[in-house]
Amino acid sequence: MRLICPNCGERDVREFYYAGFAAALDRPAEDAGVEVWDDYLHNRDNPAGEARDLWYHESGCSAWVVVRRDTASHAVLAAELACDVKAGGA
Amino acid sequence: MVDLIAISPLEGLLPLSIGTVTLSEDDPGVMTGIAAYKGKEKALSTALKKAHGMAAPGPNRALGKAGARAIWFGHGMILLQGPKADKALMRHAALTDQSDGWAVVRLSGAEARDVLARLTPIDLRESVFKRGHTARTELAHMMASITRTGAQSWQIMVFQSFAKTLVHDLRRAMERVAARKV
Repeated sequence: MRLICPNCGERDVREFYYAGFAAALDRPAEDAGVEVWDDYLHNRDNPAGEARDLWYHESGCSAWVVVRRDTASHAVLAAELACDVKAGGA
Repeated sequence: MVDLIAISPLEGLLPLSIGTVTLSEDDPGVMTGIAAYKGKEKALSTALKKAHGMAAPGPNRALGKAGARAIWFGHGMILLQGPKADKALMRHAALTDQSDGWAVVRLSGAEARDVLARLTPIDLRESVFKRGHTARTELAHMMASITRTGAQSWQIMVFQSFAKTLVHDLRRAMERVAARKV
């Protein structure tokens, strides 16, 4: 599989470290309640189709990247720098 | 203070010539990591140009030539090679001295590209990776910086503790490229 790094372009997946669903970016408020926090920490979907994941360009430019890809077809749909996603208030 | 003897991480390992390819040690001088503070990227670029004659290189690009280079060195990071970084840069960026942190080699020759292609997954074709291009990528599983410095020459950097491994893997690739001609 080849992923897209917004800095470096298309790169081999061996350069990246997989860091799970991009849900980690949407941290709940401190007082959001036990159920919301439980959901944030432990519950993940397992989509056969489009997924939004965090990847770390570990042996490349060291950027955190949010990659949208299809887990069924392995197509890589889009990639954004995680810092831009956060700055955009997503 | 005691006068310590500086020894390069590549001491006694290079130079090396196999077939058409030569691997030699590169001594780029002082190396400084430059990370612009948030929103200060433009001001840093202006200051860099004023102090060292090179603007901040964009992603995957390197500016300057032997003796003074500014290399894009990853997300939000520039590496200045050669001159000691001007203090004026400190107003816009965090500076770190990395001079002793890296093993730096030069790979050159007619088949240097073929040697590199055996060790790194990036696209090295003439039309893609041109002179002045640089990449943060992996080389034989080591985190590396690869910069094309000429038509047939590349500068390769890995952490200094990998110096021996770097030479070992490059030597093996050089031997195998040369062996195809026999």
